Amino acid sequence: MFLTSVVPQWPFYNLDTMFVRGLKRKCIDGEEDIEGTLAGIKAIPSYNLQRQSLLDMSLVKLQLCHMLVEPNLCRSVLIANTVRQIQEEMTQDGTWQMINTQSTGQTSLDRLVSTDILCRSSREQAEGKQVPGYSNFNKDFEDDQTQDSSETMSTASSVQAPRNLQSNVWEMENAQENRGNFQKSLDQIFETLENKSPNSVEDLFSEVDNSYYDLDTMLTGMMSNTKMGHCDGLETFSSPTTTTSNSNCKSDLNELDHIVEILVES
Amino acid sequence: MKCFSRYLPYLFRPPSTILSSSCHAEADIISTVEFNHTGELLATGDKGGRVVIFQREQESKQQPQRRGEYNVYSTFQSHEPEFDYLKSLEIEEKINKIRWLPQHNAACFLLSTNDKTVKLWKVSERDKRPEGYNLKDEDGRLRDPSMITTLRVPVLRPMDLMVEATPRRVFANAHTYHINSISVNSDYETYMSADDLRINLWNFEITNQSFNIVDIKPANMEELTEVITAAEFHPHHCNTFVYSSSKGTIRLCDMRASALCDRHAKFFEEPEDPSNRSFFSEIISSISDVKFSHSGRYVMTRDYLTVKVWDLNMENRPMETYQVHDYLRSKLCSLYENDCIFDKFECVWNGSDSVIMTGSYNNFFRMFDRNTKRDVTLEASRENSKPRAILKPRKVCVGGKRRKDEISVDSLDFSKKILHTAWHPSENIIAVAATNNLYIFQDKVN
Repeated sequence: MFLTSVVPQWPFYNLDTMFVRGLKRKCIDGEEDIEGTLAGIKAIPSYNLQRQSLLDMSLVKLQLCHMLVEPNLCRSVLIANTVRQIQEEMTQDGTWQMINTQSTGQTSLDRLVSTDILCRSSREQAEGKQVPGYSNFNKDFEDDQTQDSSETMSTASSVQAPRNLQSNVWEMENAQENRGNFQKSLDQIFETLENKSPNSVEDLFSEVDNSYYDLDTMLTGMMSNTKMGHCDGLETFSSPTTTTSNSNCKSDLNELDHIVEILVES
Repeated sequence: MKCFSRYLPYLFRPPSTILSSSCHAEADIISTVEFNHTGELLATGDKGGRVVIFQREQESKQQPQRRGEYNVYSTFQSHEPEFDYLKSLEIEEKINKIRWLPQHNAACFLLSTNDKTVKLWKVSERDKRPEGYNLKDEDGRLRDPSMITTLRVPVLRPMDLMVEATPRRVFANAHTYHINSISVNSDYETYMSADDLRINLWNFEITNQSFNIVDIKPANMEELTEVITAAEFHPHHCNTFVYSSSKGTIRLCDMRASALCDRHAKFFEEPEDPSNRSFFSEIISSISDVKFSHSGRYVMTRDYLTVKVWDLNMENRPMETYQVHDYLRSKLCSLYENDCIFDKFECVWNGSDSVIMTGSYNNFFRMFDRNTKRDVTLEASRENSKPRAILKPRKVCVGGKRRKDEISVDSLDFSKKILHTAWHPSENIIAVAATNNLYIFQDKVN
């Protein structure tokens, strides 16, 4: 009953076209990918790809705040919650590391396990129907794939009992660290009151495709736009010092504001 | 209600004129619409900080067909753009909300607010002026007292009607975040203003103090996951108010319980439907507007796809749910990308609480009859608004064959959104704001 379709029925997953005039099509139609001529391995993580693109889109949205007018807090909170939701799911799946790894040395097993986790509804996971469901799903899913995948089928079945642990074994350390780092970067987006120094900011996103955003701009942009309340001068003072030379005029102005705020506070 | 249509669709007809600005500047985008308590006056606020008040024409026997049309009564600049020097940010002059006070004398009072400052305006008429001063002549120049030989009593003579608006109170510096709602209390002595994280209670006479009654700001802003989206006082009980959140919850608070109403008296939330769960579930559950019914028994909430009516005595689920534009459910990704998913639609009750109305895209607006369960989609557009014509119901086709008059989902214009509507307190007259045009529709006269 959990096998209604290989493709999970996420609303955006079945999106056909962009109906807003003039907008380029960005959301991928997952069904096309599955039925396409792509190699089986590449076709599998289309859900992951969509989720990743949603994550990237959300991060860009958080960054692109109107620099002149204070951003809409409700919108920022909703987008940040969405980002957290994606991040939590990706961490649970163990796909956080996988997606961000540039190399192609991934075994099909990794993708197999992670995709299966994604495709099952969260309710079934909660009800603990993973064990029988996994092997059956595996079999049907694999029928559409290339021979490489079929080899891993038996392997996948054997490891499915401690699935949650298995999925994280090879990336346990990295996943934890990445999750922590990602959480830190997300916190910084909203940080106004606590004096936390963002350690190794560049490392946070070293494994993530940087083409969508510049970290420094994002942090400084969010710093300047989330200065709410009169108590945040001290706390945000340390943050701008970690920005690299990429900072633009706006961030310089923000630093000046921070300094002014410190003086005013004292 | 003699003009009340017995069934839906309402046969609304537009007036002979559509009230709109001639140029399509962004400053002319209407940002709020509100009838006063008698329905004689209709106020609009726009993005440029202006308030325009319309007054209903008195019915005249000479021109019975021009029954009760609305004409411009007063225009004034309520708020100006400001600059916050500490944060290096602009404060928009856009009028977020207007709320009328009940009228006790010849003058009218209304509250208007932008993101940071609430102002109380007095709108009064002047149609007489004194003439015959002793110490100055008709031009206003002072006369030489030694030249005055006789004294006269100045008399009041009629003059052209002049409507003047004066700011009587300015309630400033009480909100760190953006004000989204104001609500006048039924005691008519106090009102509340709500921003993203706090709600303040004001006395109309005191501008340098306000009382904080709700504060949901976390000690650690990193933990912020929920904001206040709308708030309103109960229409009859001056101690009760509700506020809605971005997580789709409504809290009813009693100010008698404690000074700081952080603990709600009632908590309204509908359990999530697991079959509809997606990454956008929370965003579309965020409530954009909350309105008490005139009776005070129900509360209506608007989220992105639905309007819900809640019974104050039942907290675990709404009494009624109406789908506004469910065909958008499969388009949420695109709507998220172009930010339309964050549009804040308002909703309104009619005078008898039997019909509710809310806006949608493509200049469509929807009405739901709570008794007959019928609904109608109408369009506010110039092409469809010939004088004395009847509005034709519109239909959106979701798939398959499109009939002649239907419009497909992919053809909808998402830049034409109706966020603000108002319903006359006792008659079937509605005001619909479509970007920078204001449409006023009246029920068909039999």
